[in-house]
Amino acid sequence: MNYIEDVATLARKDLRLELRARDTLPAMLLFVLSTFVVFHFALPQGSGEAAAQGLLWVALVFTALLGLARSWAPEREGGVFDGLVLAPCDRSAIWLGKAAAVLVFLVAIEVVALPAFALFFEPLDGAAVAGVALANLGICAVGTLLAAMAAASRTRELILPLLFLPLAIPLVVGGVGSAISPEPGRYLLFLALYDAVFAIICWASFEYVVTE
Amino acid sequence: MSTSSRNSRVPALAALAAALVGLSLALVFFVAPEDADQGISQKIFYFHVPIALTAYACFGWGALKALLYLWRKDERYDLESYVGIHLGTVFGTLTLLTGSIWAKASWGVWWTWSSNQLVLFLVLFLFYCAYFMLRFSVEEGPRRASLSAVYALFGVVLVPVSFFAIRLASDFIHPTVFNREGPQMSGTMFATFCVAWGAITVLAYVLYRVELAGKLLDQHLRELREALA
Repeated sequence: MNYIEDVATLARKDLRLELRARDTLPAMLLFVLSTFVVFHFALPQGSGEAAAQGLLWVALVFTALLGLARSWAPEREGGVFDGLVLAPCDRSAIWLGKAAAVLVFLVAIEVVALPAFALFFEPLDGAAVAGVALANLGICAVGTLLAAMAAASRTRELILPLLFLPLAIPLVVGGVGSAISPEPGRYLLFLALYDAVFAIICWASFEYVVTE
Repeated sequence: MSTSSRNSRVPALAALAAALVGLSLALVFFVAPEDADQGISQKIFYFHVPIALTAYACFGWGALKALLYLWRKDERYDLESYVGIHLGTVFGTLTLLTGSIWAKASWGVWWTWSSNQLVLFLVLFLFYCAYFMLRFSVEEGPRRASLSAVYALFGVVLVPVSFFAIRLASDFIHPTVFNREGPQMSGTMFATFCVAWGAITVLAYVLYRVELAGKLLDQHLRELREALA
């Protein structure tokens, strides 16, 4: 039970910081809405539902990247990393707490962004929303670990998209497939499989990212 | 076994690699029959496929050494993992180039998104380029070795996951030479393929040894310099 309490404490710390400073959420929200407006002008008339669904995923992945790039900033700027690593909790709890906080941010954005997408472009069906929900887990699991790696490098935010996008391609395939395919089941299954596999790897390897 | 006695085998291996590559070229152009369907352009298959398989082997080798590094924390494994991935990226680039040439010869275009293998290698190419970006933007030391090792481990998982994703995303028109009933080739063609595969594998191993020897020498030199300073 201790492990879950540690994770909850760490996630609560991030949420409280965000509630007080309000750095990341408004930026992500404004970004995703601006991206939709850009897409309206980038999509020629009559380019169809499928193209719009694809662009939704571009917007979601880049919005998530924006949040992920800032995800370890408080720890880095306050020099909290060393303290966290020395704290008497399992190191993977640090990753899980951060991933949970990023997931809350992402879901909060999507609660606004998905209805906005439906209003501006095409309505979304249940399978498409399920695809988004499943992909969120993968994005947060992998993205948080890669963001911790990027935070340790000299180039920081610059390198995160390079590390993350090749790993996000399968998520985009699963997400777009579940939105436009008449049989979304296997795409959703694929997304669930991706989440499970990468969550296990991230959980097991996070310790090596924060320690030497 | 000491490093120097291991390295003394490299010239012999290099000669073997040269001989095998020469032999496979001779077999490809003078012995293996021309493909009834694709004609002369099919001959690039004898290099394209072995190069692709070698690239996979190098990535796998790099990930194995990365795992060993995380387990044992020996700096040598970090170097071996890096060299393996470096060679994998070189062979992966060659796979993209030969695949592109083959696509032009058989389908008339330099690039096709419907060839799953090509798309997979493009994804892997991007992934492993990011590996080098990460490696060169972290200060040298155990931290860099751990980060590189974790990212290299992601790579071996990404290969099957991406392959599956690309299969899901597109229809399948790449000519399937191997299927569940075994290779769809005549005996001579298969023998030629095996020789070419052996040649490329030995060549990759020689390159691996040479690059690793260079890196180790570089490391020793740096240690000596630090000791003298």
